Amino acid sequence: FAFIASSASAEPVKDDQLIVNGEEEIATEAPAPPHLDGAVGDTIYSGWLFRDTETRAMQKDDFDNPMFLFVDAGIEAWNTREGTAEKSCADCHNEIEDSMKGLRAELPKVTPEGELWSLENYVNDCRTNRMGAEPWGWNSQEMKNMTAAIGVQSRGMPVAVEIDGDAAPFWEKGKDMYYTRYGQLEMSCANCHEDNFGNYIRSDHLSQGQINGFPLYRLKDQGAVSTHQRFVGCVRDTRGVPFEAGSQEFRELELYVASRGLGLLVETPAVRH
Amino acid sequence: MQRIFLLTFVVAGIGAAAMAEIAPDQVLWAEDGSIQESLTDTPGNPDEGEVIMATNALGNCVACHAVEAMPDVPFQGNIAPQLDGVADRWTEAELRGIVVDAKRIFPESFMPGMYKVGPFIRPGVAYTAKPPEMPEDIKPILSAQQVEDVVAYLMTLSE
Ligand code: HEC
Ligand code: HEC
Ligand code: HEC
Repeated sequence: FAFIASSASAEPVKDDQLIVNGEEEIATEAPAPPHLDGAVGDTIYSGWLFRDTETRAMQKDDFDNPMFLFVDAGIEAWNTREGTAEKSCADCHNEIEDSMKGLRAELPKVTPEGELWSLENYVNDCRTNRMGAEPWGWNSQEMKNMTAAIGVQSRGMPVAVEIDGDAAPFWEKGKDMYYTRYGQLEMSCANCHEDNFGNYIRSDHLSQGQINGFPLYRLKDQGAVSTHQRFVGCVRDTRGVPFEAGSQEFRELELYVASRGLGLLVETPAVRH
Repeated sequence: MQRIFLLTFVVAGIGAAAMAEIAPDQVLWAEDGSIQESLTDTPGNPDEGEVIMATNALGNCVACHAVEAMPDVPFQGNIAPQLDGVADRWTEAELRGIVVDAKRIFPESFMPGMYKVGPFIRPGVAYTAKPPEMPEDIKPILSAQQVEDVVAYLMTLSE
């Protein structure tokens, strides 16, 4: 059976390199962080390595990457005055290239008030408390435009979330969730993305479920997908009831999953099929 | 007159169904995770079983298992053991147990219980992402007869 024979050896691709716009080389694997204790072997891999040639190619050139339409829309929103304060993001934060560089790699993180915040929380905090504008929905197009525009400023920088100190209790909860078997199919994230990455579930080539490329473009949905939206989809596929996008639970899971990619480089905005 | 007739018919129907089928929570498990007794009165049909195993919306066994005896089924998974020869490795009662709830024989198994309605963590109604309104909203993935059909097909896989 030819397909089975070839898929059994279908590890991440070995003969391709993510070089963006012909100049910026982004490493797509890294030594596994010590906290994983060998659970995925020595190496962590970007989801890019598990996709087909055409999909990989789209992420190599910003003109071919459909997410850049959304990045442009995000930059436009950055410069647009809104709300009762009649201020734009740029009025306070100036150039997005400078003020937002590196932020995506460190999120989610614990605020001085002791809450765990994702990028979306920071954006809506400024909108509601500093601009007097309406918050954006977690999975709204406006929010994905902005998180893509902010995220790309960290492209090529290593994921560097904090998992000790104040973050530790959140990280522990996220870890518990990662190994919990949800739904009628009784499957955990680890069952698919730790025990079986590189293998096929029907025609799906399982990756390690890394989030260093989010928000990303999904060809199947013809649109941008947020990290929490992907989590919702994966729990639903266990015949389970997912937590809400933006929920405390999914922010904890986001922190933990981000930490499984410690050392991988930010690829926002990635392309998947 | 007609009403009395209908009523009698319905009651007889329920009686027949209760006799013919063992509900998921009534299954008689042996210590070793096998199930001796058929779940229904009707012998399993291996041809039906083959279709159930290859159909996404039914057993979708090929999502994880390859079966060389089904060369026309594309995109077979490579997560679980190939099923050819499985009738030489297991008895019918053991295969029934594996299909109904594989975790009885393989405690940490990745394989979903096909005739199991709980307990689960945050179960949803099929793939709707919605919680059940009543416990009965969680239906087993396969019906009792479909389990028997699948077991009958597995019994043909000897080498
Ligand atoms: C009126 C001023 C103001 C406006 C307008 C504003 N911000 Fe902010 N923003 C701040 C301040 C002050 C902070 C907190 C800085 C700190 O604590 O270091 C902040 C923090 C942030 C952070 C977290 C940065 C970090 O390093 O932790 C993000 C992300 C952010 N803003 C995005 C936005 C976006 C996107 C908009 C527009 C939709 C916006 N801000 C509009 C003043 C503003
Ligand atoms: C039944 C198997 C299964 C389970 C359980 C599962 N996933 Fe997935 N997941 C997939 C498949 C299939 C894909 C798409 C292919 C890929 O990237 O692995 C995917 C993709 C992802 C991606 C996108 C990766 C990328 O690079 O685009 C993330 C992130 C992810 N999963 C996280 C999770 C988390 C967190 C959980 C647990 C809450 C989980 N998954 C549970 C099957 C699963
Ligand atoms: C999500 C993955 C998955 C699906 C779907 C699945 N299985 Fe399995 N199955 C497994 C795994 C993994 C094993 C190996 C036992 C273990 O978990 O250690 C297994 C074991 C078995 C075995 C014992 C095999 C042997 O050689 O000893 C049989 C028989 C079997 N499965 C039948 C089925 C049938 C029939 C279906 C569909 C109705 C099915 N499986 C669906 C994952 C799956």
